[in-house]
Amino acid sequence: MSTTGKVTGIVSNLVTVAVDGPVAENELCYITLGGSRLLAEVIKVNGDKASVQVFESTRGLKNGDNVEFLGKMLEVTLGPGLLSGIYDGLQNNLTTMEGVFLKRGEYTKPLDHSVSWDYTPLAKAGDKVVAADWLGEVKEGWLPHKIMVPFSFEGEYTVKEMAPAGSYTIDKTIAVLTNAEGEDVPVTMTQKWPVKVAVKGYREKPRPSKIMETGVRVIDSFNPIAEGGTGFIPGPFGCGKTVLQHAIAKQGDADVIVMAACGERANEVVEIFTEFPELIDPHTGRHLMERTTIICNTSNMPVAAREASVYTAMTICEYYRAMGLKCLLLADSTSRWAQALREMSNRMEELPGQDAFPVDLSAIISNFYARAGMVVLNNGQTGAVTFIGTVSPAGGNLKEPVTESTKKAARCFYALEQTRADQKRYPAVNPIDSYSKYLEYPEIQEYLDTTIQKGWVDKVLKAKNIVRRGREMADQINILGDDGVPMSYHEAFWKSELVDFAFLQQDAFDKIDALCPIERQKYMLDCILDICDHSFEFENFEECRNFFKDLINTLRQMNYTEFQSPKFHEYEQQLKKQLS
Amino acid sequence: MATKAFQRTYTQLQAITKATVSLNAKGVSNDELATVGGKLAQVVKTKGDSVTLQVFSGTEGIPTNAEVSFQGAPPTLRVSDQLSGRFFNAYGKPIDGGAEIEGEEREIGGPSVNPYKRRQPSQLIPTGIAGIDLNNTLVSGQKIPFFADPDQPYNQVMADVALRADVDKIILGGMGLSNDDYLFFRHSFEAAGALDKIISFVNTTEEPPVERLLIPDMALTAAEYFAADKNEKVLVLLTDMTLYADALSIVSNRMDQIPSKDSMPGSLYSDLAKIYEKAVQLPTGGSITIIAVTTLNDGDITHAIPDNTGYITEGQLFLRADPDTGKVIVDPFRSLSRLKQLVQGKQTREDHSQVMNAGVRLYADAQNAKTKLENGFDLSDYDLRCLDYAKEYAIRLLSIDVNITVEQMLDTAWEIFAKYFSPAETGIKQALVDKYWKKN
Repeated sequence: MSTTGKVTGIVSNLVTVAVDGPVAENELCYITLGGSRLLAEVIKVNGDKASVQVFESTRGLKNGDNVEFLGKMLEVTLGPGLLSGIYDGLQNNLTTMEGVFLKRGEYTKPLDHSVSWDYTPLAKAGDKVVAADWLGEVKEGWLPHKIMVPFSFEGEYTVKEMAPAGSYTIDKTIAVLTNAEGEDVPVTMTQKWPVKVAVKGYREKPRPSKIMETGVRVIDSFNPIAEGGTGFIPGPFGCGKTVLQHAIAKQGDADVIVMAACGERANEVVEIFTEFPELIDPHTGRHLMERTTIICNTSNMPVAAREASVYTAMTICEYYRAMGLKCLLLADSTSRWAQALREMSNRMEELPGQDAFPVDLSAIISNFYARAGMVVLNNGQTGAVTFIGTVSPAGGNLKEPVTESTKKAARCFYALEQTRADQKRYPAVNPIDSYSKYLEYPEIQEYLDTTIQKGWVDKVLKAKNIVRRGREMADQINILGDDGVPMSYHEAFWKSELVDFAFLQQDAFDKIDALCPIERQKYMLDCILDICDHSFEFENFEECRNFFKDLINTLRQMNYTEFQSPKFHEYEQQLKKQLS
Repeated sequence: MATKAFQRTYTQLQAITKATVSLNAKGVSNDELATVGGKLAQVVKTKGDSVTLQVFSGTEGIPTNAEVSFQGAPPTLRVSDQLSGRFFNAYGKPIDGGAEIEGEEREIGGPSVNPYKRRQPSQLIPTGIAGIDLNNTLVSGQKIPFFADPDQPYNQVMADVALRADVDKIILGGMGLSNDDYLFFRHSFEAAGALDKIISFVNTTEEPPVERLLIPDMALTAAEYFAADKNEKVLVLLTDMTLYADALSIVSNRMDQIPSKDSMPGSLYSDLAKIYEKAVQLPTGGSITIIAVTTLNDGDITHAIPDNTGYITEGQLFLRADPDTGKVIVDPFRSLSRLKQLVQGKQTREDHSQVMNAGVRLYADAQNAKTKLENGFDLSDYDLRCLDYAKEYAIRLLSIDVNITVEQMLDTAWEIFAKYFSPAETGIKQALVDKYWKKN
């Protein structure tokens, strides 16, 4: 007999329930309101009173309304058909909902139960298997989607029967497993997993040792993110956070991309719906939408489901990682998630931490970031979840709790800067303050030495130094005036502008410039550093400025031109002429 | 609506604050309306038998034995074509002396549109103001506020924009409008002969601040009726959202909630998003566009209200006085329309985005020249030309008193470029220069 209860108090979406039996932290319940049932989650228990956060509007709810506890936590359904899905934060399929307006209490199935998949078995009767081992495979688009022993299975099982190759729906029993006690358990193509629990079922989680290419120069070269790494992008509004994230989503070298639109603008999600089905994945030549799942809980959708949305997205990534795939999770923005936590903590009248955020904010954020990572599976193959979150700091001030907590958890920091955005220097990533800890990893250094060239990291650091020095010179020139400083100051300043304009800046809306493969990045950086190594003689600062402006123009034209095309070589020749 | 027979009446208040009252009552539902001593109130909290009500018009003069009767339903608005041309207060009651509206009764603050069912905004909304149409083009289905200091003429600009925009309905949500501004809107709508397509919900400074909280939901419920039911293009004007947010902070303060930044409630972002996200392009052709006003304190956009707004809206239009020309201009640097690329060059001439960028870039060069001048450095010939350009650009294009078509704006820009610069200095693509450059 499951636990039931009655509503005894309501403040916005926080509801107190008097219960008649045991309840668990994070257990789900349905609150009956007229003809519909509202899903809610237990967030605090005190005596026989459970505080639950409702994932819907509580308008019209009354004290005394009935509550039924489900004996389980918030779960996602995992199986073939998740890719190209568009879900809300609770994994309801938004595309199958009726009507233009969202209806309270309307819950839709995440997966299509009528479609058949071409199934091939991978295991055979008699095999010993544990959770997350591969039993079979279906083709999800072009991806080999593994059907696994459910993550929740504990201990070792023996395969008793396997379904032969064939075309089945997701509900077909494709295997029967026998556990240590001799009980038979059927396995279908789907399984469920509680979102707030990290998926294990891998052998080990080594340090990341490869970089994930994004085609964005200021990331790949200057501050690379590792496959299975973590990074975050803080920035005030209007600095291009979303454009940068969309660029990474379009170009990132990953098999599966999950985008969690968490508390952001609905029109931005509409942009993804509209553009992604048309765009082509540069790595596979297939439509971008085929590798993308969207979890969409926009700012006007219920606040509590916002918190759930990032967990739902992460769990889907972990599921695909267990198939030996490279996944990329993009969450926009984690600040909205933190605000959802704040609203709840506030309503529960907990003692607040800094800026009224809950005191455990830092722990929650680092726990979440820790779910990313590269793993070695039980069969020796590897999979990865790379996570990049955006942060929207209040007033653009990076000294606020969400930014500071995230800084402790994430290994890459891409600081978007208002002044760069005002100057239209996009992407507005501050080249000095931003960092990637991965550049310090010996594994990554070795990887870069072998895949790009020996001593690559030193080159990057050198380029960074040129930019840093240029900034100092710019300050001096501003204070003392153009004529008040030696010519070498002007030269150093313009060399930094050269790195900035020709390398760091990149036009996300230009077909060619938007995606810059690592080979091309190496070529351009070499080219620019060669120029910077040279010292020049100038009569006056105007001459210096004009000389570098011309160089910048040529290099930018190269960026806009197809790599190694005749036109590209023409610009190359022009550059040589300008330098001689 | 519950009939009289079902109303439950109580007469013993347990607690009274400036904005709320609490009492013991049974069977009360969340968000339900009630009257307290004849004043309208709404349930905001229940705990056991204790119910807290927010009294919209304030609790002045309410005694502990005031009669409280619950109405059994959240706030509603009657919607029908009769709304057109009418003026209402925050409760949706006519204030123009006309008859009550007959029509379907709808709950205000209803559910949001399924994001998957939205369409990408794609229709240009011309306003005649070059600072907007040329540099920060508006698109139907967009939500965008004016950021302005209280001394800027934002209400006038908004009235101009509304009357020039090609829309089926204009819905004004006035929060804390001064009586003068209310009459200003009323007269400009009447003078333009456009009254029949305008619906106004007004709370003036003479009325209690907490009532304001109902205005956006009332206005947007009416907007949804015309956009979703009638497939019309609706423009919603909300002024002033800063006063709305102030009212939120009053209520949360009275309910002993812990304030976050700038003593605003922690839920400010969600509260504002719920309003702004009603802006939508519907699949059936109707749309809701929201133009709001957020007044600033001395241009400070880091304050919690403009800051949260900026994260929600699709850009902002920044008004400021330009001391060099004496005009009020739409600041080209701090203003932004995030959706402009959806119409620029698609519904406007091909040279639009290049001309826009060149104009702003040269204006930025003029600002640098000005800084040099102020710091006592010598100006080059280019600097001097930039300064002259900036003046003409501000007067003929940035100023809010401009009223020309987008084509005329582009032609004006080319004309000013040619007067002060060489084609190379503008950095515009050669193909466009060949086609549009004004030879003297």
